Amino acid sequence: MALVDIRQRTAYVFIAVTVGHILLISAQINTDRGVPILEAVTFGAFAEVQRAASGVISGVRTSWNDYVALQAVRRDNERLRQEVARLQVALQQEHAQAEQSRTLQQLLDLRLQAQLATVAAGVIAGGASPDFRTLTIDKGTADGLRPDMAVIAPAGVVGRVIIPSARAAKVQLLIDRNAAAGALVARSRAHGVVEGTGGDLRLNYLSGTADVKVGDLVVTSGIDGIYPKGFVVGQIESVERASGSFGAIAIRPAVDFPSLEAVLVVLTPPAAANDEATAGAEAQARE
Amino acid sequence: MKAVGVLVAIALAIALQTTLARFLVGGTAALDLVLVVVVYVALTSGPMTGLLAGSLAGIIQDALSSGVIGIGGLAKSLVGFAAGAIGQQFIVTAPLPRLVMFVGATAAHAAVFMGLYVLLGLRSFPSPWAAILSQALGNAAIGVIAFTIIESFPGAVERRRLSRRTRH
Repeated sequence: MALVDIRQRTAYVFIAVTVGHILLISAQINTDRGVPILEAVTFGAFAEVQRAASGVISGVRTSWNDYVALQAVRRDNERLRQEVARLQVALQQEHAQAEQSRTLQQLLDLRLQAQLATVAAGVIAGGASPDFRTLTIDKGTADGLRPDMAVIAPAGVVGRVIIPSARAAKVQLLIDRNAAAGALVARSRAHGVVEGTGGDLRLNYLSGTADVKVGDLVVTSGIDGIYPKGFVVGQIESVERASGSFGAIAIRPAVDFPSLEAVLVVLTPPAAANDEATAGAEAQARE
Repeated sequence: MKAVGVLVAIALAIALQTTLARFLVGGTAALDLVLVVVVYVALTSGPMTGLLAGSLAGIIQDALSSGVIGIGGLAKSLVGFAAGAIGQQFIVTAPLPRLVMFVGATAAHAAVFMGLYVLLGLRSFPSPWAAILSQALGNAAIGVIAFTIIESFPGAVERRRLSRRTRH
């Protein structure tokens, strides 16, 4: 009876027996690489299944990551963008603080070097009109500031206080057309008057026999009653002579006015200050 | 009951093949008594029995030889199935058709057997035609003789007809 049942499934049994023999043979035969054929074929077939499965999974994962999960990426992107912006601001603040610290350190050095009674002030505003070269500092009469007090910076002379209020003061820059200061050529000690031109400085009223050369350093002479003696004004940039006298002597200011952030206001009256400051200021000028 | 007879026949054929055949034909494998039994079983019992008998006999034969187990089994399975199918479709009761069947079965077996070995690069069979022909003729002679002897027993033909009627 069982044999009859088997006969009814002749085709299936034929296929099963044939495949069984092939498998049996394959299990014993090695490929050129020494791997049993059955193992190689099984591995190869299964590897293809794995490859297909991996491809499907990879595709699903890629689809998920590239499309579905993009919402989270967008949120992350936005968050990171904000974080970058915040960090950039923080970095700029750090740079600003570092620069401020450097400026203040230079001011402190100047203060110690000049041995003058000074007060440090921060620049809080520039001039309201381009015709008047002024700036506003954050110290005023409450801090002891008075009109015509000299304002200096580590690089040199800045100007003078012209309008002090209780908590602020307007400073006329030395390059203003109405500004002037007694000056001398540091090398030859030739005296003159430095006047502003609106953008640069010019050395006037110099003796026709004065020894002046391009590159000479010009410092304050202290005779104007405002600026202490010996502070750097600038460097002679060009010299023009006309019939035995100097036509025009241009001076490049030592101070970079547009970049001023902090200054020192000299509280000591000029007359007393001259004696105290001369030694230290001239030493600075020599440096 | 028939399955037991097939198993006994296969066992007997293998025993004869391994012991007596070498004495009969000078040590060469000119006869394949196992193949004769398989073809006989297939012709008398049909393709399914021939298939299973060929598979079993071939595997045993492979296992007893130094070859790859399964190649002989596959060859005898295919031959057994084909012989059984042909035996169902055509009348192969006369000696000549049986002779042709045995010759053809031997040739087919040799083709599959040698072909697989050559295909797998395991053995080579230079000029196999003479050996195949002699084996085919030897198998055919033994097979026809076996049919004649078996059918000479009282009631053998009736039992076979009854068996075929039951199968159909």
